[in-house]
Amino acid sequence: MINYDLAVIGGGPAGMAAALKAKECGVEKIVILERAESLGGILEQCIHTGFGLHYFGEELSGPEYADKFIELVKQTDIDVKVNTMVLSVSDDKIVTAVNTTDGLIQIKATAVILAMGCRERPRGALQIAGTRASGIMTAGTAQKYVNIDGYMPGKKVVILGSGDIGLIMARRMTLEGAEVKVVCELMPFSGGLTRNIVQCLDDFGIPLRLSTTVIETHGKERLEGVTIAQVDDKLQPIPGTEEYIECDTLMLSVGLIPENELTKQAGISLDRITNGAVVNEMRETDHEGIFACGNVLQVHDLVDYVTLESQIAGQGAADYILGKNAGEKVYINTVPENGVRYIVPQKVNIKSKDDVKLYFRVGAIYKNKKLTVEADGKVISSKKKVKLAPGEMENVLIPADILAGLSENSTIKVRVED
Amino acid sequence: MKKQMNCVACPLGCLITVEYEGNEVLSVTGNTCKRGEAYAKTEITNPVRSIHSTVKVIGGIHPVVPCKTSGPIPKGVIFDVMKEINKVTVNAPVKIGQVFIENVCGTGVDIVATNNDTGK
Amino acid sequence: MYDIVIVGAGVTGAMTARELSKYNLKIALTEKCNDVAMGATKANSGIVHAGFDAAEGSLMAKLNVKGCSMMAETCKKLSVPYKNNGSLVVAFSDEEKEHLNVLYERGVKNGVPDMKIISKDELREMEPNISDEAVAALYAPTAGIVCPYELTIAATECAVSNGVEFIRNCEIKGIRTVADKLVLDTTQGEIETKYVINAAGVFADEIAKMAGDDSIHITARRGEYFLLDKSVGNLVSHTIFQCPGKMGKGILVAQTVDGNLLMGPTAEDIDDKTDVSTTNSGLNNVKTFAAKSIPSVSTRNAITSFTGLRAHENRHEFIIGVSDSNKRLINAAGIESPGLTSAPAIAQYIDGIVKNLFEGITPRDDYNDTREAPVRFRHMTDEERAELIKKNSAYGRIVCRCETITEGEIIDAIRAPAGARDVDGVKRRTRAGMGRCQGGFCGSKVVEILARELNTQVNEITKFGGNSKILFDKTK
Repeated sequence: MINYDLAVIGGGPAGMAAALKAKECGVEKIVILERAESLGGILEQCIHTGFGLHYFGEELSGPEYADKFIELVKQTDIDVKVNTMVLSVSDDKIVTAVNTTDGLIQIKATAVILAMGCRERPRGALQIAGTRASGIMTAGTAQKYVNIDGYMPGKKVVILGSGDIGLIMARRMTLEGAEVKVVCELMPFSGGLTRNIVQCLDDFGIPLRLSTTVIETHGKERLEGVTIAQVDDKLQPIPGTEEYIECDTLMLSVGLIPENELTKQAGISLDRITNGAVVNEMRETDHEGIFACGNVLQVHDLVDYVTLESQIAGQGAADYILGKNAGEKVYINTVPENGVRYIVPQKVNIKSKDDVKLYFRVGAIYKNKKLTVEADGKVISSKKKVKLAPGEMENVLIPADILAGLSENSTIKVRVED
Repeated sequence: MKKQMNCVACPLGCLITVEYEGNEVLSVTGNTCKRGEAYAKTEITNPVRSIHSTVKVIGGIHPVVPCKTSGPIPKGVIFDVMKEINKVTVNAPVKIGQVFIENVCGTGVDIVATNNDTGK
Repeated sequence: MYDIVIVGAGVTGAMTARELSKYNLKIALTEKCNDVAMGATKANSGIVHAGFDAAEGSLMAKLNVKGCSMMAETCKKLSVPYKNNGSLVVAFSDEEKEHLNVLYERGVKNGVPDMKIISKDELREMEPNISDEAVAALYAPTAGIVCPYELTIAATECAVSNGVEFIRNCEIKGIRTVADKLVLDTTQGEIETKYVINAAGVFADEIAKMAGDDSIHITARRGEYFLLDKSVGNLVSHTIFQCPGKMGKGILVAQTVDGNLLMGPTAEDIDDKTDVSTTNSGLNNVKTFAAKSIPSVSTRNAITSFTGLRAHENRHEFIIGVSDSNKRLINAAGIESPGLTSAPAIAQYIDGIVKNLFEGITPRDDYNDTREAPVRFRHMTDEERAELIKKNSAYGRIVCRCETITEGEIIDAIRAPAGARDVDGVKRRTRAGMGRCQGGFCGSKVVEILARELNTQVNEITKFGGNSKILFDKTK
């Protein structure tokens, strides 16, 4: 058994930012456990630019954004174990992991930060009928093949789902010489960022078909085509709208799911909507000393927000380890209402000395609405919004003095209104 | 003439309205920052984009290493630039920022590495 | 020249190959596809049936009941997971309740032990999630579950270890009878043999025809399934059948030996014997009928859906024996459900035929009817894991996160006798890619390991042989 003050599970942007923040706050022995061969997480394969505008004020590619943190980690005495897969996290914060050099490792940590990221929703969850041909893959898998392994996973491509990875891959495949025939989106709106629709689809004349889905795959060995169809307002295919599209590849970009197997195993409560842990404003789960941040907590739109959130978790873990988190705690719930799907954090300590930012997403596209925050029947803030979209994370700030005025029976509500 | 466009300068994606005549921009509204205004103007006069790809690397940990244009290039030359990128072969090690192609296609923009590859 | 060529490496062919490998005979097991278990064996319910379905006095009934009684021991010898969980045929009306008696009576005549018709209350006690509409059930405690392709893979490994030659991608194009032998024209060249055992599943009629036997007529009967996540694997503990109809045993809900939940199959006769596509209507039927048994079942937890083809012979009977038209052809045709259950018994039955064909047949001295259990990292204790990684560090690299499968296990699967040659082959042998993410993360790693082990390029690696390649050219 090896002892550490802090064990960080996952060496992507979340894990690195959390570990660095904890180090900065004075935590001594920190280890990052990363399952891939290097730090950086999924950013390593996101070679497009658009990262870091908020945090660094410059437009970086994924690997460049990651590298800034990798360099910072190198400058500290944080231990990094790559190619290391965590098998379990126990209630008493014993982390069991394996790798090829150390074999089976057991780490006793004072605090644990969960930063395992997320995975893509696969085909099975979609229940598309048809053949089991090769050439059906998630957009992220295709991204790894093209950007890291240097192989084309297809030449004639249909993309289902207009999440950002799908849009980005439409452009990547086009630039590398493939023909992207269409991007289909089940919903009447895209889940991706507007800029990606413009510069990944519009620029290259790739059609985006809203309220359209793939209902069948064809081809016995390699994929030969798909049947697409329009859907009604219950998202059911409309008979008579079927259309055959010849393609050798179907890429799925139909949502990301936080990878919470370890979290569940540890018995930590999860939020039904985010599929991430229920946390307080320091991103501490309902298991004392176990924190969560990044895409394992909630799927983010921008890595910049992942970094900020992970710094909060790093600070929280440091306070916990160094015993600085003493003092009275009174937690109240944050409640998403009309149009707001979820709020992270789900619990806020009203005795918090710092302002607290609430992050959330809306459930549909709204134009010219207000985002209103209310507590104890009083409006705390109400901000006009030209546009709100499910693809984009929103946030509101709750000042500490407002929190101080609340009681244990209060709730903080956030809603969309006219 | 009036044109509406979604700004791509940052992930906010503001809906911008541009009034223009020929190549002359009369007004820009709907943007939240200066970058938006600049974007809207160039989008009318000379639309530009940044692109990214990979180049072949010999002796690297991976067979390819990612790269990008060091600045925006005219939209019209994207595929010409891709042709140039596809011709490049580099030897490991590669460092972030390393220039693979100077002044690609006469755009004044370089093709630079966006990841390290320490080599095998 | 071979003594025997077994055509078709499904469960019938593989179990037969293992059985016959006890003799000093030169045997080949040929398979049209890139791996074993690629036909009816790959995609069926994995149920070990008690034996009350087949007609009294039929060969099917006899081999079913015998196979069922042999399965536990067979699986133990081959280190294949088997669970004796019992089955329930559920009646939803008085009329169906009557039918339970018919099944019971038939079961008794077929020699099925310990069956019992149970009341609604008893049923609810055994299966708390069963529909409130259920009125009674036939309980058969001898029924069980087994993974059909795992059994086939293990049997093939055992056979190959005992000297059987496995020839993959070997499609039979024609059969000529020449004097004292048969000459097979195949995609791997000409193969000469004294005897052919026809275990070609849905194609058994075509193989028979090539050898001059027109008596067999196989229809491919499509069956569609949903496989659900392990989180709902405990919705049932016994295999839940509905009352059988003309087209078979209806939609069942069952646990798999791996702890997933399986529901299906539909039954639809189709013309194309290679069409294993799923259909919207079929999958909807599965949903509807499964919900009739277990109302709380939801395809929201579906990991995948798939189609299997049963080799339905017009007579709905196993056609096993020396062909009347060609004495060098031994048919093992029409092996539809309960074919998996019957496989150990079918192999013995064929042994009974074969040993009389060769004069002075002798047993192999070194015959070993067992297969050693492959390494299963996920089932080990931490101490065992630590030991294992010390011996071979490849077991310290987790490739498939969802199912906790190590690189060592994947290498083992490729290097095994008749080992994996494609991504699906690795998946069936190790479960890599079978979890929630369905290979999203590990797929490219598995491709890489296959290419390295098979000493080829990653863009030569296929999903399941043929043209099912994963990657095209290099980008640069």
